[in-house]
Amino acid sequence: MKTKTIERRVATPARQPSELWQLRLYVTDSTPKSLTAFANLKKICESQLKGSYRITVIDLLKQPQLAKGDQILAIPTVVRKLPKPVRTIIGNLSDTERVLVGLDLRPTG
Amino acid sequence: MRNNGPKSPTPAALLPKCPTGIQGLDEITGGGLPRGRPTLVCGGAGCGKTLLSVEFLVRGAVQFDEPGVLMAFEETEAELTANVSSLGFDLAGLVERKKVVIDYVHIERSEVQESGEYDLEGLFVRLNHAIDSIGAKRVVLDTLEALFASLPNEAILRAELRRLFRWLKDKGVTAVITAERGRDQLTRHGLEEYVSDCVILLDHRVNDQIATRHLRVAKYRGALHGTNEFPFLIGAEGLSVLPITSLGLNHKVSNERIATGIPRLDAMLGGRGFFRGSSILLTGTAGTGKTIISANFAQAACRRGERTLFFSFEESPNQIIRNMLSIGLRLEPMVKRGLLRFHSARPSLYGLEMHLATMFKEIAAFQPQVVIVDPITSLMDLGTSSEGKGMVTRLIDYLKGGQVTSLFTSLTHGGHVLQQSEAGMSSLMDSWLLLEDFEGNGERNRVLYVLKARGMKHSNQVREFLISDHGVDVVDAYIGASGVLTGSARAAQNSLEKAAVLANQQEAARLKREVERKRTAIERQISGLRSDYEAEAVELRRIAEQVGTSTLMLTTQRAESGRLRQADANVAAGTRDRAKHGPNGSRSS
Repeated sequence: MKTKTIERRVATPARQPSELWQLRLYVTDSTPKSLTAFANLKKICESQLKGSYRITVIDLLKQPQLAKGDQILAIPTVVRKLPKPVRTIIGNLSDTERVLVGLDLRPTG
Repeated sequence: MRNNGPKSPTPAALLPKCPTGIQGLDEITGGGLPRGRPTLVCGGAGCGKTLLSVEFLVRGAVQFDEPGVLMAFEETEAELTANVSSLGFDLAGLVERKKVVIDYVHIERSEVQESGEYDLEGLFVRLNHAIDSIGAKRVVLDTLEALFASLPNEAILRAELRRLFRWLKDKGVTAVITAERGRDQLTRHGLEEYVSDCVILLDHRVNDQIATRHLRVAKYRGALHGTNEFPFLIGAEGLSVLPITSLGLNHKVSNERIATGIPRLDAMLGGRGFFRGSSILLTGTAGTGKTIISANFAQAACRRGERTLFFSFEESPNQIIRNMLSIGLRLEPMVKRGLLRFHSARPSLYGLEMHLATMFKEIAAFQPQVVIVDPITSLMDLGTSSEGKGMVTRLIDYLKGGQVTSLFTSLTHGGHVLQQSEAGMSSLMDSWLLLEDFEGNGERNRVLYVLKARGMKHSNQVREFLISDHGVDVVDAYIGASGVLTGSARAAQNSLEKAAVLANQQEAARLKREVERKRTAIERQISGLRSDYEAEAVELRRIAEQVGTSTLMLTTQRAESGRLRQADANVAAGTRDRAKHGPNGSRSS
């Protein structure tokens, strides 16, 4: 079911590929959750936004001051900085459907 | 919890406290919140939770040199700064000087999508970063429960909160966590389950149209604390909790006595007036002279060079000064010299607690040695009787703590009920003077008596209390079989007594004269008798002499006749001898 949806998505992308997507992944160290999240995010981006995305991984243990700016509480968190508006998804991104909704990669309804 | 087990023997000694600096709260908790542990502050909306926690931080940073972190979940930094600036807290300044860090945590649930597992490590990182950046000792989480609305997964949240409190303890910071009051548990989301060292409940309720905030320490593990509900105020200088009953009755006491300004009244109080630092109650019906005695007391204190604070809830300062001038009490110079200060306010201006806080503030600012409250009953009418009594207790405790002598006047409403109605308050007072109106003989007169005076010999007598152009005087009332006589009745009684004395004196003089007269009469009689006797004695002597003479004469006569009869006798004798001895017998004779 899920796979089918994704394939449909691929056929009709919601966004213009010309737009460069800026994604930030906030993690703390290389915990299993963080690694899973990064893998999941990468997979989704590859399938949806191939070539037009950039993922920045921020380790809050190294840069704790950055947590405030994006109101990070939960780890891991993905923040879509561009295109506007800012979107936030928390969790290890194992639920692809929710990630797509969260990133606004599929039209609601 | 596990930590408490082995260190239970002397928990009070081992449990370090973190002073809040909030007026009254440290007294209730015996020194502050448990250091290095989280404290839960819960209450409904508008109770002052945020204010309490912010004040805890600000005072910590300013007074105790303990920097703090404020993690705000509901209000932004700017909002918080503006809100507390009205209380004189300069949050922005403290932030600038790196004494306080404010971190506004906000998650809009609609903007966040959840996918898969997560934890709240981000919160920990932020908190840790904030704490380490300024070396914070205090942390406030206000209101942590907002997270329950932002994050959909309650199971994760609960697990993470448990971890958070553990982490805070390990970090060694003293934390205050605020939470909304729940319906049937302390907090809406059961946070008390995680924070179990100290729980403070705040409450805001309306009684008789007067809203009062209350604070209660519901739990304080390992420490003695006041368990009662204490009213608290949000005043111009932050929060102040007003302990109704202070935890100890251990005021210092003074043996010094101070005069009342009325010499005869001093005399009634063992000759030297009241004890310094004692509390005095002056009850009386309207117009019995309560304010006058108070003003006298104030003047006497000012003359000794003591500062006196006069709280007046019925008259304006100028009115009191004018009225007292009419009986020769000049208060104005005292006011000008800065020895006497009036504070007048209408009782209905604000609630009981606010009045009390204002009074505390005035007292703290003026540092008086004598405080007069005229009348305390106006204030007590504002709340319920227990609240009123509580307020007086707090005021007295506060004043006694500073060895301030306090005089409270109390307006009563006639009859003998007054003694009962004041009984509650009187137990707090060291001395109790009663002023009463005596009606009779077509006039009203004032009397005064000492109902009680702890620790001193005092007169048990009713005295009449006179007010004249020259001030007040206390005179002996006449107490006799017909009761207490005052005023003109006393004067009449006095003249009656004088007349009686005069009559007695006259009677005595008369008796003396009578006795004198009797004495002279008797003496006269005696001298008459004596002269009679003397006359008789003379007669007797004369008779005796006569008798003597006649006896002599008789003897002489006898002798003469004897001599005349000699011969015959001799002859007769001779014949008798001769008959016996012979014829020569006659020669021997």
